[in-house]
Amino acid sequence: MSDVYEALQEIVGKDYVSNQIEECYFYGRDPGLMPPHEPDYVVMPKTTEEVQDIVKLANREKVPITPKGAGLALTGLVIPQRGGILLDMKRMDEILEVNEKARYVIVEGGTTHAALMSYLIKHYPHLRHSVPDSPPIATVVANAVIHGKGRLTQQRGFNSDLVSGLEVVLPTGEICRIGSCAVSQYWFSKGPPLPDLSGLFLGWFGTTGIITKLGMKLYPCKKIRDVMLFLTDKAELVPEVIRKLTHTEMFEDIVITASPIPLRFKGNFYILVFMTADSDEELEFKKKMAWDALWVYFESRDGGFVSITPDMKPPFLAMPSKDTTRFADVSKGGGFEYGGPVTPIDNFPILIKKLEEKAEAYKLFYASIARVIDGGHSMGFYFSYTFNRANPDEMKRAKKALHEAAEFALEEGGVIWKPNINEQQMIMERIDPNTLKLMTSIKQLLDPNGIMNPGNWEAK
Amino acid sequence: MPLLQLKFDRTKCADCNAVSCLVKCQYMDFQDKDKAKKEWQKVINGEDSSVLEACTTCYACEEYCPFENHPFYMIVERQEEKGILPAPRPIVTMWINQCEPVGRFMVGKIEEKALSYCFLPQLNALIGGKLFENIAHSSFFGQEFFCNVVYLHYAKMSVIKDRLPKVIENIARLGVKEVICLHDECYGAFTSLAPAYRTEVPFKPIHYYEFLYNRLEELKDKIKPLNVKAAYQRNCSTRLCPEIDHYVDDIFGLLGVERVKREYDKENALCCAETIRMAKGPAMADDLQKKNVDDMVKFGAEYCVFNCPACYDSLAEKVARAGMDPIHMIDLCRSALGEERGQKLRLEGMPALQVAMEGK
Repeated sequence: MSDVYEALQEIVGKDYVSNQIEECYFYGRDPGLMPPHEPDYVVMPKTTEEVQDIVKLANREKVPITPKGAGLALTGLVIPQRGGILLDMKRMDEILEVNEKARYVIVEGGTTHAALMSYLIKHYPHLRHSVPDSPPIATVVANAVIHGKGRLTQQRGFNSDLVSGLEVVLPTGEICRIGSCAVSQYWFSKGPPLPDLSGLFLGWFGTTGIITKLGMKLYPCKKIRDVMLFLTDKAELVPEVIRKLTHTEMFEDIVITASPIPLRFKGNFYILVFMTADSDEELEFKKKMAWDALWVYFESRDGGFVSITPDMKPPFLAMPSKDTTRFADVSKGGGFEYGGPVTPIDNFPILIKKLEEKAEAYKLFYASIARVIDGGHSMGFYFSYTFNRANPDEMKRAKKALHEAAEFALEEGGVIWKPNINEQQMIMERIDPNTLKLMTSIKQLLDPNGIMNPGNWEAK
Repeated sequence: MPLLQLKFDRTKCADCNAVSCLVKCQYMDFQDKDKAKKEWQKVINGEDSSVLEACTTCYACEEYCPFENHPFYMIVERQEEKGILPAPRPIVTMWINQCEPVGRFMVGKIEEKALSYCFLPQLNALIGGKLFENIAHSSFFGQEFFCNVVYLHYAKMSVIKDRLPKVIENIARLGVKEVICLHDECYGAFTSLAPAYRTEVPFKPIHYYEFLYNRLEELKDKIKPLNVKAAYQRNCSTRLCPEIDHYVDDIFGLLGVERVKREYDKENALCCAETIRMAKGPAMADDLQKKNVDDMVKFGAEYCVFNCPACYDSLAEKVARAGMDPIHMIDLCRSALGEERGQKLRLEGMPALQVAMEGK
């Protein structure tokens, strides 16, 4: 194995490879509940060619490779289950091109959302991308690979839907371009009018290749952004509220939260309705549309818009939202994991009920955030529980609660988002056998040596 | 022990021919006194009445009643008895929950005289400088000291009855003799609501306008007259203590500020309308706010002076967009003393990404 270490040093330089215990310890875990497993090497490439050389080396030596962005999925997706090489993409952080007129950006595989957001604010303030509510160090590529969601998800779909092209190092070491950029200098489409091959890489958690460049669609950044807050205390009304709001086709983002603390949250569902505008008139019109859409609940007194003071607005409007991070330490001890399904919005009442049931059964503090996806075709519903890392019993209870909630969500027709390896098995047990066979064939075809992030999407 | 029964004298209403409580109401049409009297009798008798549904909870009838017979408290009692919700139920729940005492409060180095921040964190930005140099340390804040008067807007007199006596007890336990109330709701709780429910208040409530006036008298030689015309925005809870209104003129007099004689001031003042927005919807609220701001402009106001931080939040941007300078009364005083304002105006229409970055 020392040959591998030396070979890695040859590829990236000695400053960017390590097999030291403290670094392997750090790279062997994430902030969630999955058990750690340490890599044998950590390597930080700077170029696509270096990634290519590392992949070729791994194939030659039959060493697993786990590509990693910021490692924020919380479900252990970049814990190297079988050791080997942990490929930290952070040095590949360039923003390579913005095509202002065609509205897309090309970034390297380790570019963070914070870097992209800052860059656009500085150089292209009239353009924006879909900022997820993960910490700012989340990378654009990893977020797309896990089908992350962002501030434009309600209007535009998953962040993976907004991909406009890929450069991928295949598991066998070839560099491959996906989408319009395969035949043109422009990165405007990840597939159409060609066969859409991006599906071979998005959602696979790095088991089918390493994305070294990614094109991401940009959208107009309007001059004004505002938020309204609708409350209801009836979970069964939430799906219809969402349908009425999405029917207007007026809103940037719609997020539903439920939590027993702070106290003002208790007993209600908070529906945050975000909107953008280029003029006061446009903004007022959109606000009126929101009121009109939900007037029936206002009249019945089952729901209403709360006035938000100017001081309350910035936290709501912050991108990314800091609320998740604040919630993450409610139990103190820094333990937090959330998971849950992408599901029809009609499932909201039963999922909320299950969230509360599990919290009560396992004596955990809970919160839920749900984000409407693509005009209301579905929503991401997150079961969130906090725990103290110094309390193994509480961690065990949180894990059970999440596992049981995930099982329930699957039974009710949802599909678990960024599933951990156990949840992946739950999905594969239920998935259409021919679909599983296809997935397995694709995986074997692309990664004949089974070196890419092994343990994930691996049929037993 | 919860508050007792409302002190209400039916005979005063029976003998009243003015029915000012309804006739003067700016939000209900009761020009016909006979009709008003009949409707008011229905309220008193606990019958169904359009008043209970139409009430915007502006508190003004407490001021209109010449007999101090507490018509507004009676309306709130009746609304609650009949389960009428002036605002959507979840909003009421939110208010009740967020102000529940949970043992997280702040108490300074309390002396015989102390400032009550009630449960208004916005006040923190205002308290400072020469005006408060000898008393800022003697203050308290939190749900435990929250006067709960806001529940008059939500037909929840029961919550006030339950919580206010404990609040009075909590303040008394601090050993304070005089409480300077930094908001009218607090002052009104101790000088109007508690007495109306036969509850003793074992300390002396002082309205902060009285405090400001006395301090300005002491600091008179440091005042640089502002020489501006100002509209005054009365808030709902000033209706519980109209006797302090003269301090507005007294303070303005010391600061060289002219209170414009506009249509919607004094008894005819319009509510800031944010509660009305939550209760009656945006059309009525927007209309009221426009009438109010247009009236300020029409009468030549350069400043709009606020008493209540919530009114400021509600109207400041609209006032600024109409070309006036929105300012809280405390900041007005501090300006005249050459000090910086504590409260900064945040415009809602600021660029989206600027908000996003500030939120970080």
